[in-house]
Amino acid sequence: MTEDNSAVETEEAVEVPARPLPDNEVLRGLFEAFEDVGWGDSLGQDVALVPNDRWLEFATAAKGAGFEVCVDVTAVDWMRQRTERFEVVANLLSMQHRLRLRMITTAPRQEPTVASLVPVWPGVNFAEREVYDMFGITFEGHPDLTRILMPDEWEGHPLRKDFGVGTVPVQFKESHKVS
Amino acid sequence: MSDDAKTLDVWVAGTEEPELTPTDEGAQEISIDESGRRLDEQFGRVVEDDYVFDDDADEDERMILNMGPQHPSTHGVLRLQIELEGEIIRRTKPIIGYLHTGMEKTGEQLNFSQGGTNVTRMDYLAPFHNELAYSLAVEKLLGIEVPPRAAAIRVLLSELNRCSSHLVALATNGMDIGAISMMMYGFREREQILAFFEKTTGLRMNHNFIRPGGVAADLPPGWKDDVAAIIEELPRRLGQYDDLLENNPIWVARTKGVGVLSPEEAIAYGITGPTLRSTGVDWDIRKAFPYSEIEQYEFEVQVGEQGDVYDRYRIRVEEIKQSLGIVEQVMDTIPKGDFRVEDRKVTPPPRARIDESMEALIHHFKLFTEGYKVPAGETYVAVESPRGELGCYLVSDGGARPYRMHTRAPSFSNLQALPIAMADSLMADTVATIASLDPVMGDVDR
Repeated sequence: MTEDNSAVETEEAVEVPARPLPDNEVLRGLFEAFEDVGWGDSLGQDVALVPNDRWLEFATAAKGAGFEVCVDVTAVDWMRQRTERFEVVANLLSMQHRLRLRMITTAPRQEPTVASLVPVWPGVNFAEREVYDMFGITFEGHPDLTRILMPDEWEGHPLRKDFGVGTVPVQFKESHKVS
Repeated sequence: MSDDAKTLDVWVAGTEEPELTPTDEGAQEISIDESGRRLDEQFGRVVEDDYVFDDDADEDERMILNMGPQHPSTHGVLRLQIELEGEIIRRTKPIIGYLHTGMEKTGEQLNFSQGGTNVTRMDYLAPFHNELAYSLAVEKLLGIEVPPRAAAIRVLLSELNRCSSHLVALATNGMDIGAISMMMYGFREREQILAFFEKTTGLRMNHNFIRPGGVAADLPPGWKDDVAAIIEELPRRLGQYDDLLENNPIWVARTKGVGVLSPEEAIAYGITGPTLRSTGVDWDIRKAFPYSEIEQYEFEVQVGEQGDVYDRYRIRVEEIKQSLGIVEQVMDTIPKGDFRVEDRKVTPPPRARIDESMEALIHHFKLFTEGYKVPAGETYVAVESPRGELGCYLVSDGGARPYRMHTRAPSFSNLQALPIAMADSLMADTVATIASLDPVMGDVDR
């Protein structure tokens, strides 16, 4: 008896690959169309973990599902804490459904590249230029990928974790008397 | 040409002209032989092709004009390169970064309780909104809820801040078009609000008053009289502004039908705030995703029709009235209780406890040297600042400092509307359009 029970249990566990999906209908429809896009819940906020090569495709589908605004694109540098060094984050907003969705993808250590979202939302132009400037992540298909905040001849990308924070030595007024 | 003149890069009249060296922003500047989408962005014709290109125009009539970064009407150090065809603007490119001070990098060096001093300096006309977005993000990661009184104080201060910021917008908008008296009046009324801020927080700007866990102190004695004076005074002043601007045919002629944005363009470019609402889109984060218990107060979202400079000006005037309405409701219903959360993890012990308890002293010391640790996680919280959606994307790796602190600056996104709003308009309307978007360069460049 015991042997039979355990056999049934294992079979059931194999048959039901539980892939978590959001409760919201709009989001559920979007995630069901993409098998390889994972859904996550980050403190009550919906997060889509998108593979790098599906970034533009998922963004297009998200816009079709009602996310008409991309409010922001930014990145996180994880250095050696993760295998894929960079994380690119896009915050989407749906005004008609009053929903927010955060798209996250990864970019490798060597020559980090992500598809540009400018063809989908023209408004991410500045934001992607800022990420390129600050992290050195290339956005393929961006019409004008130049530095935006730093000067052109600046070396390095300031928001990377291996870019040091400069300090200015402070000369106090009375210091010459002490020494 | 002497060697001295060469090293100083000064050209003395009558001597040989020096070689022109490219500036720092060579690749970021506008160029004549551009093509493709990059050109479409500058012509403002990505979303709707309402652009009329006159191929027959004389080549000699075309010129690229550089405006800024040192220009009084660019509200700081915004630089615009404008291609003109006679008097008509063909394409525009905003060049920014002149006020970049690396505040996001600085944010990674400061611990969570110090972070407020950093973010409050970003949008220096709306410091309370910056602090609010940052504090809400930290509280979301910590999983704490502030007491009702703290939430009410936050709403009171941030709505008064919206009034003071819009007053500056009206003042500078008036000044740019030539209504100098409007600038005097706008700054005078703002000073009354800033005096209340100074009484409450100790500083006119850059308060660091809204902190993770609540606010720094309770409202000062007699605050109700000050706020009541503001609520009584401002509507009367707004009536005077109407005499000055609304009933002024020159003002109306200079603003109506100028710098027009369509709702499709505004949404595609991620424009938020009064600029988005002026196009007729009914969108306010205070209504859609209420924060800091703002949903209990009644107010109306002001929506325009034409999406021009006049509508943006009108919306700001009406929003001041609505914000004063919220302030009045807060004043009447403000609950009693703590002004910060009684969570020993984030709130330092009161001064009296430090004198009598060794543990309290140690605790106080640890909080202000190490700071508190925030559980690992990431979150995005947005508030409706006077300029639009001000978001804070905060990533913590479990330490006492943010692993990544990113601010979604409304001015930064709204600046992308400039080429669209200015394409095909007259050169003289440039300053009116810039002023109506109300960009704060501290917010753009961070």
